[in-house]
Amino acid sequence: MVTANLRAGDLSRITDMAEVKGRSLWADARKRFMLNKAAVASLFVLIFITLFSFAGESIAPWTNEEIDFNVIGSADTKGMPSIASGHYFGTDDLGRDLFARSAQGTRISLMVGFVGTFIAVLVGTVYGAVSGYVGGRTDAIMMRIVDILSAIPYMFVLILLLVMFGRSMFMIFVGIGLLSWLGMARIVRGQTLSLKHKEYIEAARASGVSSWKIILRHILPNLLGVVAVYTTLLIPDMIMAESFISFLGLGVQEPLTSLGALISEGSKSIVQGSLWQLYFPLAFFTVTLYAFYFVGDGLRDALDPKDR
Amino acid sequence: MTAPLLDVRDLRVSFHIRRDGDMPWTKPRELKALNGVNFTLNAGETLGIVGESGCGKSTLARALIQMVPATGKVIWQGQTDLLTLSPHQMLAYRSQVQMVFQDPLASLNPRMSVGSIIAEPLRTHHPELSQAQVKQRVQEMMERVGLLPNQINRYPHEFSGGQCQRIGIARALIVGPKLLICDEPVSALDVSIQAQVINLLAELQRDLGLAMIFIAHDLSVVKHISDRVMVLYLGRTMELAESQALFAHAAHPYTKALLSAVPIPDPVKERAKTMIPLEGDLPSPMAPPSGCVFRTRCPISQDRCAREVPALLGIGHEVACHRVNAATLETV
Repeated sequence: MVTANLRAGDLSRITDMAEVKGRSLWADARKRFMLNKAAVASLFVLIFITLFSFAGESIAPWTNEEIDFNVIGSADTKGMPSIASGHYFGTDDLGRDLFARSAQGTRISLMVGFVGTFIAVLVGTVYGAVSGYVGGRTDAIMMRIVDILSAIPYMFVLILLLVMFGRSMFMIFVGIGLLSWLGMARIVRGQTLSLKHKEYIEAARASGVSSWKIILRHILPNLLGVVAVYTTLLIPDMIMAESFISFLGLGVQEPLTSLGALISEGSKSIVQGSLWQLYFPLAFFTVTLYAFYFVGDGLRDALDPKDR
Repeated sequence: MTAPLLDVRDLRVSFHIRRDGDMPWTKPRELKALNGVNFTLNAGETLGIVGESGCGKSTLARALIQMVPATGKVIWQGQTDLLTLSPHQMLAYRSQVQMVFQDPLASLNPRMSVGSIIAEPLRTHHPELSQAQVKQRVQEMMERVGLLPNQINRYPHEFSGGQCQRIGIARALIVGPKLLICDEPVSALDVSIQAQVINLLAELQRDLGLAMIFIAHDLSVVKHISDRVMVLYLGRTMELAESQALFAHAAHPYTKALLSAVPIPDPVKERAKTMIPLEGDLPSPMAPPSGCVFRTRCPISQDRCAREVPALLGIGHEVACHRVNAATLETV
């Protein structure tokens, strides 16, 4: 009798209880990521570099196009970094302010990285998920297309595009975007294949959820972890590819510049002894790449703790 | 007499297997997973299906709801043959037949909250319901299966195996099905939790008038919950009978061997009972034995067993064996 009363009391209290907040896998991953000091520090470095690339030109006393006629022709002696002259990072041989130029170059390199990766994520994820989920002959044909495209030498195509259609930012985006999604499509397809036979996908199919909804609701959210990790590792690859092209002298055109172009110019100035022209762009380049790799590693550890 | 809820006639499922490295024009080999299965199921009744791994139990479940291509007839309420329906036409029947899966955690999407997992069939079949209505239905269902409704925002990994299976049951029942297919719903659970889930299923079945197809390889579980039991071997029915009759007077040598392998929780009786050991492994379903598929492991097989496929004979208690008299159920 007493227990029955107690039970009834308990039950009414249970139904009155406030809803418990769930702890999603994303929240778990965020917590693990926050505990990874190298990754969090790298994330802050990246934020700082991004801010610098956008705001750097407005805090510099010189714009990237102005030429300091006092320095021109004798950059190695007068153009060195100094706070007094307003050239915090020094100037190049033409007397242009390297601080403003570094900000501009970083911005363009980041942009190439992000746009290329954005195309890769968008096209690669959808392409891979559809190919893997539909399977069978469709899958075979879609993946053979990827094989054929990736058999074409990437740099060769990019250089040909730039030579044939002229050097422009747009052509770089097209060239990088055209081929960057191949790896993503492969990875996503592989993941989809393993997800496809999970019981919760079967449960959704059994209760009549349409294929598109299954891809959107069940496959993609479970792919996001892998995609996020691959994305952070793809951005530095894109930056690297663009820098390589620019280093060869085929990248963005003056007055635009990128980190690769600045490093290329800087390397020519070694003989004149104006080493700052090399060091500052190179520092931004390496620090950015390192930071992306650290963040990528951190994300991988956070999203897949079993995979360490 | 009203038509049974489900009338399955000559259900066959074959898979075409291609080995790696086969040329595109090589003919794929055929694997007959189900080879002419017949049974009926009445509303509110439970049919237990038992058999070894690889005998076609799960394929049978999946064939009924068009998850794998099958031939034959699956007649729903004496009217519609489910196997002839297009995917679009099938949609209406998917809310009538729901499924509970083996691995409780794997059958729940880890990125979705429990509320949205249970609500998914409801949103699919009743898109007209408002958010609040859906939430209310979900909470009612959670309470019905013994979960706290305030846990609606939690995620599957925050629940135990038994609770996850309750979530799976709630998801299956929320659209008010007439038939629940349970594919080894308790095999992955601890014994104490198994009892809870079985009792919950039995209780829900009684209250909601559900028909159930209960697949398991644990005979004691099947005995507890089923009205009738079907024994499968290599995609063929060996014996089909009322649960009591089957467990008391098994007629088929395969059923007898299965029953003798069930451990008895009493050491004296366990030592005293006679085991009928089964020799060898299940033959490859790619190359099943001729005649009776069980003959290679049967202790009482004869020459005739290799030549003729035994028909499933008998009224009420059906047996497919040349050595068993279908009328008296005695071995001859």
